[in-house]
Amino acid sequence: MSLLVVQILNGLQLGVLLFLIAAGLTLVFGVMNFINLAHGVQYMLGAYLAVMFYAITGSSFLALVFALLASLAFGLFLEFVVFRHLYERDHLDQVIATFGIILFLNQAVKYVWGAAPLSLPIPEFFSGSVVLMQGLTYPIWRLVIIASGLAVALLLYVLVSRTRLGMLVRAGANNAPMVSALGVDIRRLFMVVFGFGTMLAGFAGIMIAPILSVEPGMGDTILILAFVVIVIGGIGSIRGAFVAALLIGLADTLGRSFSVDILRLVMAPSPARTVGPAIASMLIYLMMALVLYFRPTGLFPTKGR
Amino acid sequence: MTAPSAPAPALRYRASMPVRELLPIAIFLGFALFPLAAAFGAETYLLDLFMRVMIFAIAALGLDLLVGYGALVSFGHAAFIGIGAYAVGILAAHGIADMSISLPVALIAATLFAYLTGAICLRTSGVYFIMITLAFGQMAYFFASSLAPYGGDDGLTLHARSTLFGLSPFKHERLFYYIVLACLIGCYCLCRALVVSRFGRVFRGIRENATRMATLGFEIRRYQLAAYAISGALGGLAGFLLANATDFVSPAYMSWQRSGELIIMIILGGLGTLHGAIIGALAYMLLGEWLSGLTENWHMIFGPLLVLIVLLARGGLLGLAAQLRSRIRG
Repeated sequence: MSLLVVQILNGLQLGVLLFLIAAGLTLVFGVMNFINLAHGVQYMLGAYLAVMFYAITGSSFLALVFALLASLAFGLFLEFVVFRHLYERDHLDQVIATFGIILFLNQAVKYVWGAAPLSLPIPEFFSGSVVLMQGLTYPIWRLVIIASGLAVALLLYVLVSRTRLGMLVRAGANNAPMVSALGVDIRRLFMVVFGFGTMLAGFAGIMIAPILSVEPGMGDTILILAFVVIVIGGIGSIRGAFVAALLIGLADTLGRSFSVDILRLVMAPSPARTVGPAIASMLIYLMMALVLYFRPTGLFPTKGR
Repeated sequence: MTAPSAPAPALRYRASMPVRELLPIAIFLGFALFPLAAAFGAETYLLDLFMRVMIFAIAALGLDLLVGYGALVSFGHAAFIGIGAYAVGILAAHGIADMSISLPVALIAATLFAYLTGAICLRTSGVYFIMITLAFGQMAYFFASSLAPYGGDDGLTLHARSTLFGLSPFKHERLFYYIVLACLIGCYCLCRALVVSRFGRVFRGIRENATRMATLGFEIRRYQLAAYAISGALGGLAGFLLANATDFVSPAYMSWQRSGELIIMIILGGLGTLHGAIIGALAYMLLGEWLSGLTENWHMIFGPLLVLIVLLARGGLLGLAAQLRSRIRG
């Protein structure tokens, strides 16, 4: 029982992490129709920057602030130098160019910080564990991640559905040329959205750095997961990204921990031990294929696309 | 994939007609004569490198058929290579090394996988198509990684190359090289024939205007699915050859980065020309080999290079060549 609760919490934690990354990805995609494979390396960069600024300042809080600002600055730099020339191009060109940036940044990170995994200590105030119920302790930091992810989700919800900027973003996702024709500076809107998305990815990297090892290529796996999330959720939909992120986070975590046990109900133990992990690692992709089979534009399709 | 206006390509094709015919012949001649030149250098290394170039060119040809002629961007194409390779590896692990069995199994497995996944993928279009092919690619990747009896993550070493009725044609490096070349030429001719056939014209028509083709009475899904399956079969063939060339099979063959590399190859060469795919494979792999010899951090040069190619050289190397030609002519 307590194992189940722990795994559900772990699943939630993976879910909100995925949401932080997928939110930026889906916004950039929805508003600018731009596939940014380099979104994953922004997450990696966030983690590395946090490690670096922690080493310099010795303070977790300052490391967070500086790393956020630095990821924002770097994201805007990339947008200015490369990405804005790609918005008009077809998706294939975008995939290749951003793939090139992945290759560059993964290697650059290795070059600057070395190939060995780095680590970031958990802020002292949030270290240790808390007793959730009888016989169940859970690390505080993971709860902090869940809480901050949910807070960001709430903030995004208010931003997107209650503010003028959010209105423009939603309108842009539906019909960008029309928004532009109505006199909105679409370039600036793009830049704001892009910067915000980058910062969210960086934030995810910073938050996860204390519990994962910070290493080159850490963005690649999470990038693919984030794509699964936004495709299941419906590209351009924040709500879809949120639902899908939690779904994927829970399915992946629970699948990995319980697939063998569940399979043992219907088959012999030894094949269950082989088949279980195989199914668990394919589970989310199976889910994605199923969702797209029945709803080819995701669970919460944005209209006009 | 913006559809070019109809008359322009016709004009362009006529202008560069001789090149279209001569270039592929020159490429194949180059490949055929290469072993003679390689004999003066590090022969096994060079032959091995060019063999891998040709093998990836076969897979790239299949991908170009989809992307260049059908605007179907498959981002999971490495899975077909992996399936072909695993067919060889798994059969060999059970003592079946004869290619009269393993080659058909590799081809059929890859084609079947393409057919089944294609039937699902083709329900979607555009970006969703890119992503769902990626999902199936990842599925294949993780499935292979969890094949514990066949090496799991670490992969599977092939103890002997495939044989043919007791003979082992893959044992002699040069003979193997020419077999791969023959496969490449065969696949190229097959693709050329397909593209100009009625099937190919319908398939290209669907790229230009799917609605119109559907109203004309063509079942567009069936044409696309057939092309997808053929493309998968070419990937399977490449996988069969790759397993034999490297004596090794691993899930890494199916990683999404590999699929990305295949897309880069066809873009680099120039989409929708077929020989562009071969040129792209050659350019990509030689560039990678050369840069990685120069410095350990070659990705730091290669990444920006890709960005520049996308930003500056529209239509890949062939497009660049065409631009230069027209500039020289004034």
